[in-house]
Amino acid sequence: MKFDLVIVGVGGQGVILVSDIIGKSAVREGLSVRAAETHGMAQRGGSVENHLRIGRDFGPLVPRGSADVLLGLEPMEAARCLHLLSRDGIAIVNTKRVLPVSVSSGKLAYPDLDEFFEEAKRIFRKVLLLDATELAKKAGSILATNMVMLGVLTRYLPLKQETIIETIKESVPKKYLMVNLKAFELGKTVKTRSIQLSTSSKKLL
Amino acid sequence: MIKREYILGNEAIAYGLLEGGVEAAYGYPGTPSSEIMEKLIELSLKYGFYAEWSVNEKVAFENAVGSSWGGRRATVIMKHVGLNVAADPFMTLAYTGTRGGFVLIVADDPSSHSSQNEQDSRRYANFARIPCLDPSSVQEAKEMASYAFELSEKFKTPVMLRSTTRISHAKSDVEIEEDLKPKENSLGEFEKDPSQWVMVPASARRLHPELNEKQKKIEEELKNLPWNRLELSSSKIGVIASGISYLYTREAIDFLKIPVSLLKVGTYPPPVSLINELLERCEKVLIIEELEPVLEEFVRICADSGKRNLRIFGKLTGHIPREGELSVDIVKKALGKVSGRAFKRESDPLEKIKELLPPRPPTLCAGCPHRATFYAMKKVFGKNAVYPSDIGCYTLGLQMGTVDTCICMGASISVASGLYRSGEKRNIVCTIGDSTFLHTGLPGLLNAVYNRSNIVVVILDNGTTAMTGHQPHPATGITAQGRKTHQICLEHLVKAYGVDYVRTVDPYKLDELIQAFEEAKKCRGVRVIIAKRLCALLARKSTPKVKQFKVTESCTRCKRCLEIGCPALTWDGKKVSINEECLGCGVCAQICPTNSIKEVEEDKDEV
Repeated sequence: MKFDLVIVGVGGQGVILVSDIIGKSAVREGLSVRAAETHGMAQRGGSVENHLRIGRDFGPLVPRGSADVLLGLEPMEAARCLHLLSRDGIAIVNTKRVLPVSVSSGKLAYPDLDEFFEEAKRIFRKVLLLDATELAKKAGSILATNMVMLGVLTRYLPLKQETIIETIKESVPKKYLMVNLKAFELGKTVKTRSIQLSTSSKKLL
Repeated sequence: MIKREYILGNEAIAYGLLEGGVEAAYGYPGTPSSEIMEKLIELSLKYGFYAEWSVNEKVAFENAVGSSWGGRRATVIMKHVGLNVAADPFMTLAYTGTRGGFVLIVADDPSSHSSQNEQDSRRYANFARIPCLDPSSVQEAKEMASYAFELSEKFKTPVMLRSTTRISHAKSDVEIEEDLKPKENSLGEFEKDPSQWVMVPASARRLHPELNEKQKKIEEELKNLPWNRLELSSSKIGVIASGISYLYTREAIDFLKIPVSLLKVGTYPPPVSLINELLERCEKVLIIEELEPVLEEFVRICADSGKRNLRIFGKLTGHIPREGELSVDIVKKALGKVSGRAFKRESDPLEKIKELLPPRPPTLCAGCPHRATFYAMKKVFGKNAVYPSDIGCYTLGLQMGTVDTCICMGASISVASGLYRSGEKRNIVCTIGDSTFLHTGLPGLLNAVYNRSNIVVVILDNGTTAMTGHQPHPATGITAQGRKTHQICLEHLVKAYGVDYVRTVDPYKLDELIQAFEEAKKCRGVRVIIAKRLCALLARKSTPKVKQFKVTESCTRCKRCLEIGCPALTWDGKKVSINEECLGCGVCAQICPTNSIKEVEEDKDEV
């Protein structure tokens, strides 16, 4: 079993937690795992890029154009890393924007990504867009957005769902467990479809 | 019993040290090395060995020297540039040698993900003439860390384990010894031997030849280690790879399906006999390594005395870049070129978007006290003043125009003094964090006072070593293990150095801060302002949000508040609002010229 995954988002969104849960689950199932994380300067609200490879004994970094799934917790970060996805791969993208300071302070505009993802749909096997943050809110907290995304991702992971749920129970503090499991469940069962990202301000393509 | 766990490369190195019998561990935090010591500190509580955060790498290194000379297995851990700080004892320890195993762990950072340069520590090992182990995977890093003590004791030499970001910050399933017994507490004892431990010139002259003579034996030992491996094929193309590049190479070979002979190098000095065996069989040899052409230069020397129909490719021929980290793609390209099977990458129609997206660099957190300090500094001294700075989260003050220089740990005060002596007439206001100040800022301040410099020094005291993950330091009054210890008072310390103008101010109180800067501006000499307020990330953990703010209707949309670049303020194109990131520091409310950002009173449902 070989599976290459790239998870991207913004520092503070819980990218590493998602990666850890998958990594630990894979080890539970007796598979080998390699992952690469961003620490230090790359945190503090900056772009976060996490690579995870199951069943491969090479380096931890997924070469360009070869990820089986790109999981984007934020649309602009997903766009930034889409070159890592294989043409046979699947992009799962949360449409809820997190504004970089350059945008929130009014200096730059957040790009309109609608056409970009429309184009992406023609290139890659599948591009799933969903408002995971809204679902997380339904589950009880927008902080559980990462768990919604993990829920969507499990459809494509070479791992048993029970193993992942076991690992979530181990990895998340008891206080937040119910919300996280609910978010995970919502992600697992949500019908994903193409939706509009948001009002445009600047055309890119 | 052996168990498999999914852990960080740095944690694996800590387990390796534990299995190797570490008895004393020292270090100063620095990305990408910090988690090694953090794991060791945790393990030290269980297994009863000694572990500390030292005040800087030189001090850490010398402590480890003491422990080794006392007969204990010692390790010292740092990032690559930390070894520059510790280079003085490092170079001479190679001469004196060690007693208890001495393992130096250095984490290099190809591509400078979190560093000011991308120097190659293998050069340092070669410079000092000590053996260096260069792991290609997390599992290997763990095994090398464990073995390094044995190697050190066998040859009485310090041993370097050189990690890189993609080892240290990689995660992998790793085999760990599950039931290690806590160590019985034995004591070290120093054996007096001035001819060995007192490096007067006569000792140096005697020990230098000894160091050189050791090399052959060390080479002999290293070449037989399992981390050097030659896989021969009938192909006339050979590849030699070291560190993580070895795995990139294997993946590239797997992809391109080119038959090659492959030599994996995991030790320095490299295995000469294996290199010669490969060179003997091949007509073309490609050397793949990150950072400097250390291995390549070695191979070229080996080839000099050999056959003529041999071509060597690598960094020196431009086939492998000398800057930045490598990747499978870079190796594919180089291997394709050397083997004459050009590998063409599919063009990516979506590639161009990358250049059009607004960047998302790391920023000072919402509620970060540094933001307030930088704001006040700039308000009082203006954008024309010169702002030397230092290494820490506050280097992000670059985005506020209050960081004009940053070169290495502790340099801000000395660079400021030097700028003053260069004849610079504008105000010079330098910033340095509390941990950095205690690391190497102190001698700079001492020198500035002694030599009558004319600068303002701002100590950004957030009560922790924030950037590397909130490690304690002497001014926190807490040890690595979380125990209470003597708490150094920065204000007393600065006064003891002879600084007359010292003020400690809470940066959340902007008026007081501005007043302190105004006063300082009127004086001459070395003036110190300590902007003291706990790191917002730590404050958020210990106390939930105390105050809530909102933008009221009197807002004139002047956007003054947005100038401080706080992620808790959002401009939607029409108006400013405060988002959920807000910690309630109230700095924006103090900046607002129309007093339109107001605290939400708890009883009323105004939000």
